[in-house]
Amino acid sequence: MLWARFGPSLLSRYGLLWALGFLILALSLLSPYFLSTANLLNVLRQVSINAILALGMTVVILKGGIDLSVGSLLALAGALAAGFALSGFPPPLAMGLGVGIAVALGTLQGLLVAYAGLPPFIVTLAGLTAFRGLTLVYTDGRPITGLPDPFLFLGNGTLLGIPVPVMVMLSFLLLTHLLLQNTALGRYLYAIGGNEEAARLSGVPVARIKVFAYAYSGLAAGLAALVLTGRLNSAQPTAGTGFELDAIAAAVVGGTSLAGGRGTAWGTFLGALIIGVLNNGMNLLNVSSFYQLIAKGAVIVLALLVDRLVRRR
Amino acid sequence: MTRRIGFLGLAVWILASIGALAQGAVVGLSLSTLNNPFFVALRDGGRQAAQKAGIQLIVLDAQDRVDKQVADIEDLIQRRVRVLLVNPTDSAAVVPAIQRANRAGIPVITVDRAASGGQIAFHIASDNVAGGRMAAEFVCQLLKGRGKVVELEGIPGTSAARDRGQGFNAYLKEKCPGITVVARQTANFDRAQGLSVMENILQAQREIDAVFAHNDEMALGALQAIKASGRKIRVVGFDATPDAVKAVQACEMAATVAQQPQEMGRIAVEKAVELIRGTKPPAKTQFIPVPLKLVTNSACKW
Repeated sequence: MLWARFGPSLLSRYGLLWALGFLILALSLLSPYFLSTANLLNVLRQVSINAILALGMTVVILKGGIDLSVGSLLALAGALAAGFALSGFPPPLAMGLGVGIAVALGTLQGLLVAYAGLPPFIVTLAGLTAFRGLTLVYTDGRPITGLPDPFLFLGNGTLLGIPVPVMVMLSFLLLTHLLLQNTALGRYLYAIGGNEEAARLSGVPVARIKVFAYAYSGLAAGLAALVLTGRLNSAQPTAGTGFELDAIAAAVVGGTSLAGGRGTAWGTFLGALIIGVLNNGMNLLNVSSFYQLIAKGAVIVLALLVDRLVRRR
Repeated sequence: MTRRIGFLGLAVWILASIGALAQGAVVGLSLSTLNNPFFVALRDGGRQAAQKAGIQLIVLDAQDRVDKQVADIEDLIQRRVRVLLVNPTDSAAVVPAIQRANRAGIPVITVDRAASGGQIAFHIASDNVAGGRMAAEFVCQLLKGRGKVVELEGIPGTSAARDRGQGFNAYLKEKCPGITVVARQTANFDRAQGLSVMENILQAQREIDAVFAHNDEMALGALQAIKASGRKIRVVGFDATPDAVKAVQACEMAATVAQQPQEMGRIAVEKAVELIRGTKPPAKTQFIPVPLKLVTNSACKW
């Protein structure tokens, strides 16, 4: 039952699994600290934020778009949620408001793309700048601290021995997977990314689906914001700088085509894991941080090559 | 097949674990950034001290990203370092990571910037308030007690920015009321931002006699902007990085307050070694000030 549902998409990501498996084996041989339950949970916790953003990003890229605003949107949502909580809203409501505003701003960008016909790159680049500005205005450039416990729990707590951020990530992975594979909406996203004109002609409500994609990416930014705010026990005005590129990297390493129409939630998740495992491993191995950046670039290319080779065979 | 790989992995893991135990003690140093000569000097001081004491020092660079630093510290905890040296990117954001180290029983020493929570054995830093006052006193003498000054602030919320600003402004208010601060802007400790922020201020302010920047990178950026404008403005920086000292020797900058990052790194590692050798960490955080000095060039005419 489970295999019937998830097996095929796992198999199609076979190349990535090899790449990840090889990386894990190599790191286990190189560092005695890598292969432990504590460290593996540690890696999962560390990749959770990037994975959540990358899943949202995947939905946008699938339909042939891009969302550069997620890092700034994350900072804004985190700051708003923290600010609302401190000004007396009950924490769950404050968090909901933060996420809700992120979804609303994502929707706004979607409307500009779908109905005003502006290029996604430019709309979300404007978002990247403007949302960062809003965050700085709202926080006055200072971190917001002294948050109530529910925030801490989201970022640092555990549930049945599993870190809460990992729970959030896995839930969002499942949600995204079901959305893409088991709903008409998901099929429409692939259709638009594959050939927008053909999709329109066969009756797909293209504009509405596009708006949905950016709203979904906004949702991802909002969720990631709650996790990050909890992990840092504060809302940072500069949080999330450069996250959009990490999210795009995870999606692309995971086999998502930047041209749209091809990619899966599992693939993106594996992509995020590969990058996270690599970061963790190099830290454990005491690799000089300058070389770490080079190695990261090399492995991104390598993972793509392995994927292509296995796929072709 | 998979099982065989599993066994192989396990065997190598056990061997490697034994190897790791035989190695000397390991100390972790999580730095906010290595894209700044100051922290490179700090790292070098730490490395030399580690070599002398025969311990291994793992240095990680958070690239000024708060989330990366949290991950770095978590990795160092997994690596089971004996003592954790942290130079926080942000005083508040680093707290959960430090608490995690506390729970793992790893003593924590903060370097340069303080953390706003968690159990810290030692805090090793320059007395930044005193340094800010030192800069203000120098500017006051230079301008003979009268003039207009611009203050370029560091990353908002960092204790270095707060303390240097506080010392500087407190001195002016108490001892030198003839000097007014006409503009006060952040350039985030960054040279490129120091340049662009100063360019903007130069457009807005017709009369500026001196600039006090919370670090040399911003001071050098501001210096570029001032040179381009052709105006005569005295620049005082903070940190005494090699570039800034050269600029002072060339009479381009008026002064820089010298922190001693190399000393900081050395003292931090030495304290870590003490803890490894069995000294009990103090019950309350102990502040270990690293002395400051003003670098000027008496041959320059200002």
